Amino acid sequence: MTLTSLTIAEARDQLRAKKISAVELTEAHLAEMTKQKALNAFVTETPDIARARAKEADAALAKGDAPALTGIPLGIKDLFCTEGVLTTASSHILDGFKPRYESTVTAKLKAAGSVMLGKLNLDEFAMGSSTTTSYYGPTINPWKAKGSGADLVPGGSSGGSAAAVAGGLAMGATGTDTGGSIRQPAAFAGIVGVKPTYGRCSRWGVVAFASSLDQPGPMTRTVRDSAIMLQAMCGHDPKDSTSSKLAVPDFEKALSRGVKGLKIGIPKEYRPDGLNAEVAALWDQGIAWLKDAGATPVDVSLPHTKYALPTYYIVAPAEASSNLARYDGVRFGLRVAGQSLDEMYSKTRAAGFGPEVRRRILIGTYVLSAGYYDAYYLKAQKVRALIARDFEQAFTQCDALLTPTAPTPAFAIGAKFDDPVAMYLNDVFTVPASLAGIPGSSVPAGLTSTGLPLGLQVLTKRWDEETMFAVSQTLEDAAAFKRLV
Amino acid sequence: MSLDKATVRRIATLARIEVPEADLEPLAGELSGILGWIEQLQEVDTSAVAPMTGGTDVKLPWRADVANDGGMAEAVTANAPDAQGAFFTVPKVVE
Amino acid sequence: MAYILKGETGDWEVVIGLEVHAQVVSNAKLFSGAPTTFGAEPNSQVSFIDAGMPGMLPVINEHCVAQAVKTGLGLKAKINKCSVFARKNYFYADLPQGYQISQYDQPIVGEGAIVLDMPDGSTRAIGVERLHLEQDAGKSIHDMHPQKTFIDLNRAGVGLMEIVSKPDLRSPEEAGLYLKKLRSILRYLGTCDGNMEEGSMRCDANVSVRPVGSNELRTRCEIKNVNSVRFVMMAIEHEARRHIEVYDAGGTINQETRLYDANRDETRSMRSKEMAHDYRYFPDPDLLPLVLDDAFIAKLKSELPELPDDKKNRFVKDYGLTAYDADVLVSERENAQFFETVAKGRDAKIAANWVISNLFGVLNKQGKAIAESPVSADDLGALLDLLADNTLSSRMAKEVFEIMVDTGKAPGAIVEERGMKQVTDTGAIEAAVDKIMAENPDKVAEIRAGKDKLIGWFTGQAMKATQGKANPAMLAELLKKKLAP
Repeated sequence: MTLTSLTIAEARDQLRAKKISAVELTEAHLAEMTKQKALNAFVTETPDIARARAKEADAALAKGDAPALTGIPLGIKDLFCTEGVLTTASSHILDGFKPRYESTVTAKLKAAGSVMLGKLNLDEFAMGSSTTTSYYGPTINPWKAKGSGADLVPGGSSGGSAAAVAGGLAMGATGTDTGGSIRQPAAFAGIVGVKPTYGRCSRWGVVAFASSLDQPGPMTRTVRDSAIMLQAMCGHDPKDSTSSKLAVPDFEKALSRGVKGLKIGIPKEYRPDGLNAEVAALWDQGIAWLKDAGATPVDVSLPHTKYALPTYYIVAPAEASSNLARYDGVRFGLRVAGQSLDEMYSKTRAAGFGPEVRRRILIGTYVLSAGYYDAYYLKAQKVRALIARDFEQAFTQCDALLTPTAPTPAFAIGAKFDDPVAMYLNDVFTVPASLAGIPGSSVPAGLTSTGLPLGLQVLTKRWDEETMFAVSQTLEDAAAFKRLV
Repeated sequence: MSLDKATVRRIATLARIEVPEADLEPLAGELSGILGWIEQLQEVDTSAVAPMTGGTDVKLPWRADVANDGGMAEAVTANAPDAQGAFFTVPKVVE
Repeated sequence: MAYILKGETGDWEVVIGLEVHAQVVSNAKLFSGAPTTFGAEPNSQVSFIDAGMPGMLPVINEHCVAQAVKTGLGLKAKINKCSVFARKNYFYADLPQGYQISQYDQPIVGEGAIVLDMPDGSTRAIGVERLHLEQDAGKSIHDMHPQKTFIDLNRAGVGLMEIVSKPDLRSPEEAGLYLKKLRSILRYLGTCDGNMEEGSMRCDANVSVRPVGSNELRTRCEIKNVNSVRFVMMAIEHEARRHIEVYDAGGTINQETRLYDANRDETRSMRSKEMAHDYRYFPDPDLLPLVLDDAFIAKLKSELPELPDDKKNRFVKDYGLTAYDADVLVSERENAQFFETVAKGRDAKIAANWVISNLFGVLNKQGKAIAESPVSADDLGALLDLLADNTLSSRMAKEVFEIMVDTGKAPGAIVEERGMKQVTDTGAIEAAVDKIMAENPDKVAEIRAGKDKLIGWFTGQAMKATQGKANPAMLAELLKKKLAP
């Protein structure tokens, strides 16, 4: 067993038992990052910071005064502002931006003793499902289809995070999930991804995409590691008005609860005609595993599911069009000269934003514009309320929902999509939970016939991450998924 | 719903994103495709539904009226592409 | 008297609505902890939130909410227990987020009224449409560089109350009275300092005209940011005349934003604002609805001070003052308080007379506020006591008052020091009179013969003999008795 294939839980124990040091653990990961540079997982590597923090970690461990993540090397999605470290959101428009502040989540991870390895690649401003819209080039999925050398996407938007964790470049990584940006890449890269309840992790210092949907979460190789990492990331933050004051439960403790006596809802709307047969088969397998472990599957209906994607593609671009107005070339980032103020704005934003971001800003601008607000944005927020109500009603009949995470396995970089909408369909199973604000995980559960990972999604009601973790752990145990590292 | 060139030009101006004249037509096509797909929402009956506000059920927190921030003009302007002294600058605005 | 403008085609009346932006008195900004003090070094009162840095989030200032509710209560307006913050999206150099957080269709305060005290003693109620909370913008400085505009964000994010009147005002004079009354109420409440020169109270005027007798509402023009009551009145008059000229010539008025140029006394179209605005309002997803509970509102209500209208009524009723005098005294809370201190246990009418005629005269001349008065209320009261107990004649009292103004000394000390005590000893006055009569037998004879006018000569001589200290009433009586035919 090499240092880079340890889980966080294993490394935690070995560090405390002084079997390994934080410095050697970090060095091993820095070496792996260099070795697998071709994945393009990182936008910015921070080896100096990593080494300094590893040293501090060893000192803390020696004193016996070490919080949960002491010495654990993590990657940070480049959407989290990190003090003094380039923060780009993988966009040209944030050229050279070094925040003078640290996001709440990364500050908590730092306080928990973790070691930051660097900033991970993503779809520009987290808009995408493939990490191909990054200004810094696409990230490559460490998985390859059997008998093929073709580069596959790691999913997105947290594709850098997924690739780094799957490939052994980092023990865990932060992600953010707006419509599936943690869960879908986790599924594509054969790792665990957790989107907690909206309001569980602070959004302060996270570059905003769609404020009512954005939620940070952990991406790790095991369910236990996600529980450990989320514990350190979450909690009330008075700087975020949408942050919950609820007490945070002990997630790791919930892992051993099992699923005996739980009712697992199987939403029929997630099995449309033409669903990928391997995806459908794995889902059935998942249902069987949970049944074997003592749970009872129940059929439920989420009748507004088919409207989730169009709803999302109004709400998210609308909020994004406003959130991204601040990238104007005045206070930070890129500036393209212009004769007038408006010309400077228009040239800066045309040069700074990539095509997908521009497209979404325009859509968002349009749906909020005079005469269209009621028909689009207001309508979408109403349908969103119906989607949330669907989940509420389903959770009166069951404790958790089990669904596939994504409709397909990872696809090839450069795969042609007829139109933007085809790409958006990647998020069909993850978006509804985002709209409802409920927690969800993706657990790697099997491989396609071509050897590519597939994930199963576990959804629970608001603030009930404990049940989500218990079900996820049971799936992980049953699946005995063979990780890359 | 299909957008014409003039509408795309108008929203691009509103969003302050320069779009070359040649790109307007294809962009109008793309955006119309997305909007056409979104259009299916109109079939949902929402007459008795209150819109969702925000993503959460938490109560809006209030901050005490204490001046405990600011006093860092250097840090605030440190990332500015063209700061002059403690000021940000933009091309001259004529009122 | 109705305000009617004569045009070539007939008589016109003017219809005015005012939008007042009143800066909330608070230590910190509306959504950040940066201070609000006026005149600080550029960008020194700016938090990362105010600068619209990536990932920054707003948290509302409790005190600003309380101030808005208090103002609503002071305007006898409906307090909306649930209100919503919305983003008003537009690009401008001094608007760092690319949107202003404001309130749109659900403001914190609904309809209320402001009572105007007309010069003829009557009153007129002007409707208040709404009051909402919003962020102020930063400041653009155009004269520091030939090609660049400099931006200072100190003011960006400061809390403003926008108070919108109904189009109930019918003359520049009423507009002036409205502004003065609103300012007075805000200052009583302590929710805005009302300082128009420093920009903490700014006014936009919506002006249209219509033929006398008509009820139509014609196209209005908005005159922006007029920074004194006098200029508001001048701008309205000018704009109304401009409309009439256009209509008389058969033209039409375009709805537009205009800027008042006080130097030229004219308004001109603001070309920069001409581009069709589309603010794309939508509820700010970073903030949830603002919900107020009854206890919060009740507490603020219980803490409300006596407001100008109530105070005025009390002054008229309890002190027997004229409506005009009461009006003058209550316009500023401090003035009214000063008066009440002086009037306590004394003749209120005399007190009012001294405060208004003498003290305010001096303060006006010196350009001072009551807080800087060289004469304290207690000292002025003491002076009135000396007048009441005949220690001073009213002429002497005025003399003492002037010395008080110059030296700040107490009246008792001045009287003592300068031996200004009025002579009320009958014997002393009689001795002086006897001496004069003895020395001027011819004049005594004349007056006894009927030349009554000579009484003035005797009074003068007696005053001269007593260095002006003889009690005028006693002297007059004595002379009358002694010189009787």
